[in-house]
Amino acid sequence: MIFSSPETIEEAAALLAADAEARPLAGGTDLLVRLRARQIAPSAIVDLKRIPELREITEESGGWRIGAAVPSAQMNEHAALKSAWPGVCEGADLIGSTQIQGRCTVAGNLCNAGPAADSVPCLVAAGAVARIAGPTGTRDLPVEDIPTGPGKTALKPGEFVASILLPAPAARQGSAYLRFTPRTEMDIAVAGVGIALSLDGAGKIETARIALGAVGPKVIVADEAAQTLIGTTGDDAALDALSQDASAAATPISDKRGTAEFRREVIGVLAKRAAKIALTRAKGDTA
Amino acid sequence: MPKDEYQSRAFNIVGTRPIRPDGIDKVTGKARYGADMTAPGMLWGAILRSPHAHARIKSIDTSEAEAMKGVKAVITRADFPKLDLDPGMADILDNSMAGEKALYDGHAVAAVAASSKSLAYAALDAIKVEYEVLPHVVDVDLAMKPDAPVIHAARQDETVPEGLSENVTSRSQYGHGDPEEGFKKADLVIERHFTTAATHQGYIEPNACLAQMGADGQGDLFVCTQGHYMVRDTCAEILGLEAGKLRVTASEIGGGFGGKTHIWMEPVALMLSMKSGKPVKLVLTRDEVFRATGPTSSSSTDIKIGMTKDGKITAATGTFRLQSGAYPGATAFLSAMCGFAPYDLEHVRTEGLEVMTNRPKAAAYRAPGSPMAAYAVESVIDELCQKLDLDPLETRLKNAAREGTKSAYGPTYPAIGLEATLKAAQEHPHWTAPLGENQGRGVACGFWFNFGGNTSVNLMVNPDGTVSLSEGNPDIGGSRASMSMMAAEELGIPLDQVRCVISDTGSLGLNDVTDGSRVTFAVGLATIKAARHAIEIMKTRAAMKWGIEPEAVDWVDGAAVPAGPNAGKFPPMSIKEIAAIAANTGGPIAGHCEANAEGAGVSFATHMVDTEVDPETGAVKVLRYTVFQDAGKAIHPDYVEGQFQGGAAQGIGWALNEEYIHDEDGRLLNAGFLDYRIPVASDLPMIEPVILEIPNPGHPYGVRGVGETSIVPPLAAIANSVSRGAGVRLTSLPMSPPKIRAAVKAG
Ligand SMILES: Cc1cc2nc3c(=O)[nH]c(=O)nc-3n(C[C@H](O)[C@H](O)[C@H](O)COP(=O)(O)OP(=O)(O)OC[C@H]3O[C@@H](n4cnc5c(N)ncnc54)[C@H](O)[C@@H]3O)c2cc1C
Repeated sequence: MIFSSPETIEEAAALLAADAEARPLAGGTDLLVRLRARQIAPSAIVDLKRIPELREITEESGGWRIGAAVPSAQMNEHAALKSAWPGVCEGADLIGSTQIQGRCTVAGNLCNAGPAADSVPCLVAAGAVARIAGPTGTRDLPVEDIPTGPGKTALKPGEFVASILLPAPAARQGSAYLRFTPRTEMDIAVAGVGIALSLDGAGKIETARIALGAVGPKVIVADEAAQTLIGTTGDDAALDALSQDASAAATPISDKRGTAEFRREVIGVLAKRAAKIALTRAKGDTA
Repeated sequence: MPKDEYQSRAFNIVGTRPIRPDGIDKVTGKARYGADMTAPGMLWGAILRSPHAHARIKSIDTSEAEAMKGVKAVITRADFPKLDLDPGMADILDNSMAGEKALYDGHAVAAVAASSKSLAYAALDAIKVEYEVLPHVVDVDLAMKPDAPVIHAARQDETVPEGLSENVTSRSQYGHGDPEEGFKKADLVIERHFTTAATHQGYIEPNACLAQMGADGQGDLFVCTQGHYMVRDTCAEILGLEAGKLRVTASEIGGGFGGKTHIWMEPVALMLSMKSGKPVKLVLTRDEVFRATGPTSSSSTDIKIGMTKDGKITAATGTFRLQSGAYPGATAFLSAMCGFAPYDLEHVRTEGLEVMTNRPKAAAYRAPGSPMAAYAVESVIDELCQKLDLDPLETRLKNAAREGTKSAYGPTYPAIGLEATLKAAQEHPHWTAPLGENQGRGVACGFWFNFGGNTSVNLMVNPDGTVSLSEGNPDIGGSRASMSMMAAEELGIPLDQVRCVISDTGSLGLNDVTDGSRVTFAVGLATIKAARHAIEIMKTRAAMKWGIEPEAVDWVDGAAVPAGPNAGKFPPMSIKEIAAIAANTGGPIAGHCEANAEGAGVSFATHMVDTEVDPETGAVKVLRYTVFQDAGKAIHPDYVEGQFQGGAAQGIGWALNEEYIHDEDGRLLNAGFLDYRIPVASDLPMIEPVILEIPNPGHPYGVRGVGETSIVPPLAAIANSVSRGAGVRLTSLPMSPPKIRAAVKAG
């Protein structure tokens, strides 16, 4: 196995393009675990952490570009990013433990393509866009289009995610991520909901995006559920409707972590609770 | 010897909380655990395991693996000597390395030793095993059915009634009186069926060892275990060695909880070393720990209890079925003994049934058999209290066993502490604290026997008067601290003058395994006796110096003194002064004790817990937890509290989320800490320990074991709390969120 630590995006792309079995390495909290469990045996590993621009969080048109090697601890220490996208940061903050968060990245979480990835639903709800680098240059793709199924991504040979752009937040916006796990920490989501919404001047919900995790082969964009909310004040009736729509949008399976029925119910409960938190945050914006 | 018995006294060191002597080594990484030992020329071992729950091994082709460069030994069962072992020993060998059949997913079928870890794994991949997959059974109730797949034929003993599968290997019965008569006197009789899942001890340190067999037939084994003498004797027998030729050293130990009182892979490491002629290190992965080292039994239990409307239990019966994994010998008999042990019953009958299944061999786990029994019994008592509108603590007090009670398992109790724990619970502010919505408070009692056993201790007085203490039980719960404290107390010297080490099997007499909560009791007893022995010798030396009779010398505050005015007038002679002249008064001074300790006092606990149920998701939050337990005498209260808290924490996991999950082919689906959910710190509240001290008459300081009783009540306490908070009574553990949610929905 060949291990390399390139210092530029181009070099990394070339190394990855040269070997179809090569894998990019960000925090390694998925990759190294699978390597040691002998589930994978890549011929080469290309570490992204030595590429300076991938280690930065930079402002871009009022939004934030997060480099692919930025660990989630760094995101949660970034006050401006946290106040713009609290839901995205709290998703990143739920990954593993303090030790894991010193390493793990949201790009790795996304590209690992696990259906239960905690940072992904709120990135999707936020309308985040991934910048993909490859042997022929870069291209942009909405984050929800990157995972295509468990363990599978839309990345072509030699491509990797260089950064993720979170757009400028709307006025009176709130975002939130909630997951359900049997344990409080160090657990994998049985269901997860990311939500981003904004209010108009009159306190009605103007925009909303909702994404569901762990209840389908990949993250689910629950457009109908979002539509139910738009135009309401987020009152109990609207939240109940949201809850039902979220359950209806889910396509869960039964496995060792929960039955399909349980997941469908819980995703509805979480949607309602996450929307309440996002609403409170949106109102806090106006105040 | 009346002096061994309890005598009330004031203590200087016992009962204080000094810093643990093993602490610095552990936090700085200096302590050597099982995987921390290396040897020159060492090879890495690895084990190939069956992917099938039950399969006949048709052939094993190791030729390709053997031909690999760097592979120094490949072994299968055929490499082990064919000896005439008794059935228990033969089972241990068979569990270490499968013979004709693989009996569970994860059963070892071959092993290799190679010059690197990755090479060892590559060699495993090169071994070809041909299996004939057989029907399997993992569920205890299904395994009892007459048409169930049989794990081993002809292992049933004469106690088993007709009409059951051969998987049922033994039946035990306890009790007295006539329950049918008793039930007639009850105002309410409740009968319920309960199940509990298999749970793993979840020790953080995976099993590991380093084996070195020499060409001269002498061997050394460094191993993480709860009992290195047991490892020595068992490995020697299985491998046809003489025990004296094999020296076993226990590593530091990162948890065991009973799971390391057994043999798992040590004979394999020794055999790999024999065949390769090199030292072999074998370290299990977490996956292997879950798949192949015993969890505790899963259980299926029927309980019937009758009660009058003022809360007197009139009769009780219980049937406890425990699966023992792939070999005979679970602990259903202990369930049958422990379940009703806290109560004074006129009519009680229990039976225990041991049942084989296609699972890893069931292992001891803290008070084996007792938690699942208490879960069922205490749940029914709680339901009776709810239905009869009775106070659960008052009702338990009304029925509590006390000194003179004939226990449900036979013996009559001496002084015991159950009532004291119940009264302490009643008086504690926790009992009357207000509760919010969806919150409930549960209580439950628990019992464990405790054990004494074979013990050897040496206590050496060094030339400078310091003391070196050798014990032979791995220090799993702070025994070096406790032994040092008891030695210093008895000798009357400062604690820092004593250092305690764990000796290997070549340097100290036999010691039974660290189990049965025996160490602080039995090794403590032996330490005190060894100290008293040393004191006798030192008194003789002082007498010699003074020219008086040894009987005329007393031992006070770490020094010899004349026993009275008639003995003569001499200034006290300290341990240091006596040590300094040892060479001229008869040579080195050492006390020792070798004994099979009896008189371990039984221990009771009452637990109280508040939980809150989220009715929409079925999630349970543990809000407050208090443990009331009798410790006899807490030598080092920090360690006692740690045992109380640790048992409660493990019981909480057992109650809420821990379980072995198998697919339809009998394969374990959750062989890792991600999906086998032991509680993490943020899942637990501060667990408040309340130590009660009702002295054990059988120990000079009154010590009772405390390590196991603490895991007995939590399963029921949590279930009772959830039942009161959510208004639903679950009868199956774990009470995971989907189960609670379904129960809440069903109303
Ligand atoms: C103890 C523990 C607890 C965990 N808890 C959680 C949890 O609560 N929630 C959760 O969602 N996850 C959890 N995880 C999984 C893991 O930490 C996350 O998925 C994490 O975000 C992965 O990020 P990473 O940077 O470490 O990825 P890596 O391990 O470096 O990479 C993951 C995968 O993505 C690929 N990859 C990485 N970066 C890129 C890139 N820029 N472009 C293309 N491909 C890339 C790698 O080749 C690999 O296949 C846990 C893991 C551990 C070990």
